[in-house]
Amino acid sequence: MPIIEAQNLSKVYPVAVKEPGIAGTITHFFRRTYRQIKAVQDVSFEIAAGEVVGFLGPNGAGKTTTLKMLTGLIHPSSGLVKVAGHVPFRRQEAFLQKITLVMGQKQQLIWDLPAIDSLKINAAVYNISDREFRKRVGELSEMLSLEGKLNQPVRKLSLGERMKAEILAALLHRPLVLFLDEPTLGLDVNAQVGVRDFLREYNQRYQATVLLTSHYMADITALCQRVLLIHQGKLMYDGSLDGLLEKFAPYREVHVELTQPLSKQRLMFYGDVQKLDGRMVCFMVQQEELTRTVSRILADLDVIDLKVTEPPVEEVIGRVFQAGVVSS
Amino acid sequence: MMKRLIKTTLTFLSVYYAYMVEYRAELILWVLAGSLPIILMGVWIQAAQGGQFGLTPVDFARYFLAVFLVRQFTVVWVIWEVEREVVEGKLSNRLLQPIDPVWHHVAAHVSERAARIPFAILLVGLFFILYPQAFWIPSLGTLLLFSFVVILAFILRFVIQHTFSIFSFWTERASAIENFWFLFFLFLSGMIAPLEVFPEPVRTVVLLTPFPYLINFPASILVGIPVNLTQGLLSMIGWIVLFLGLNRWLWRQGLKRYSGMGA
Repeated sequence: MPIIEAQNLSKVYPVAVKEPGIAGTITHFFRRTYRQIKAVQDVSFEIAAGEVVGFLGPNGAGKTTTLKMLTGLIHPSSGLVKVAGHVPFRRQEAFLQKITLVMGQKQQLIWDLPAIDSLKINAAVYNISDREFRKRVGELSEMLSLEGKLNQPVRKLSLGERMKAEILAALLHRPLVLFLDEPTLGLDVNAQVGVRDFLREYNQRYQATVLLTSHYMADITALCQRVLLIHQGKLMYDGSLDGLLEKFAPYREVHVELTQPLSKQRLMFYGDVQKLDGRMVCFMVQQEELTRTVSRILADLDVIDLKVTEPPVEEVIGRVFQAGVVSS
Repeated sequence: MMKRLIKTTLTFLSVYYAYMVEYRAELILWVLAGSLPIILMGVWIQAAQGGQFGLTPVDFARYFLAVFLVRQFTVVWVIWEVEREVVEGKLSNRLLQPIDPVWHHVAAHVSERAARIPFAILLVGLFFILYPQAFWIPSLGTLLLFSFVVILAFILRFVIQHTFSIFSFWTERASAIENFWFLFFLFLSGMIAPLEVFPEPVRTVVLLTPFPYLINFPASILVGIPVNLTQGLLSMIGWIVLFLGLNRWLWRQGLKRYSGMGA
């Protein structure tokens, strides 16, 4: 039985539009015109308990809006949502006890106090006993390598530590379903890895379901067996990450080191030249053409080294969004 | 259930008290910023030398001191907090916790009182040293009644301002409502002048508004200016109930609006 169910989910909301200039401002003051924005259109998916799913899409694609519908912050314009057996928008206590939402840019910890004080508030709100509280804080702070940091004022923590403390606060009530919106935003590579490792461990230890959005592909590749790709409010892809690459990037990169530089005109004959830097060339080659192209390159040119790689995921996704060519 | 409630209350109060104590230097400034009544006191004492007001200079001194105290106990700033939460979208996180977000603000306000009182008392002591003629000790009964009425005044002020704050869901600057309201509050609450010196017909009308119960009524009780206690208490409770009803209704409408706009 899926723990998250979304059926034909749509959200339309009004956004005030203002013409530029003084005249526009005056009109805006007296009579606001609104444009209906279709933030999410007809999105359906199911997520099983314990799954870790990545939610991909450019800014404004509708990821956050979908997360807000799943957490019950906003009411869908149409369609059905069910999370852990509840209709989110009712925000019943039993539902709120089971979920959490972490937003990378929004913090809930009290800035001037040690994080432990904010955690105490959360423990009271979620009705966690003192013993259980100490146990969970010990466990989570160890998993997050935050020992000793919880007694410092939040403002004295580094960005990475603060984010981890935010995550700790959001998970104190041990939710079954985690919604994470850009949990690693702005963190350095080490901190990103720390958060990632933690999420993986949390998922395994508590069989929690995780739905996360991120701009860092590394987060997605490291954590998610499955991705949902959303673009202009529509669900474009739902499946494994490898499948995504195959579907949207049926090509490989062929890196060649030549004995001497050749002109671009000459090289274009073998494939799409992506990069040309002296003796180093990078071709983009359709997958079905790969063997033929490689053997031709090796036969015709003086090659020192040749390497075939998959294109980086970021590039593939970027291309998908840029072209808007996706048709599912 | 009861145990949980007590535990939650104590946790909230202790954490928010710690939070307020972090700002002790600012608190002193806030206490001093509330000393407008002390300035007005000087003005009225001068004016009362003529003796045409029915109150002696000492009466004025005590009245404004009481106003100062009432203000210290009933300061409310929840509208600026709610406005910020809504505009910055921080409310979203709070809405996902199984507790009404308003309790965070209530706890912050109540704890702030506890952190503020020592400074306020210090200032009162200082005042009596500077102006010993005004010194008096109210009876225990008066003090208890005063405390009760001040608590009601705080609740009324908080509920009214929180009700205004809900307009944040419709306008980005709900605090403008508070600023407008404050103008009436200033003149009709008894902060600038005791209601005693208002002409009779004006006073009758003013007593029908919530304003005098926020300051004039509790202050008068403390210094012993005669008041209609029953009518005063009933009015306060009536206004609290009225605004509470409006508050809850607006809150539900506001949440609908908030979620409609994309939270």
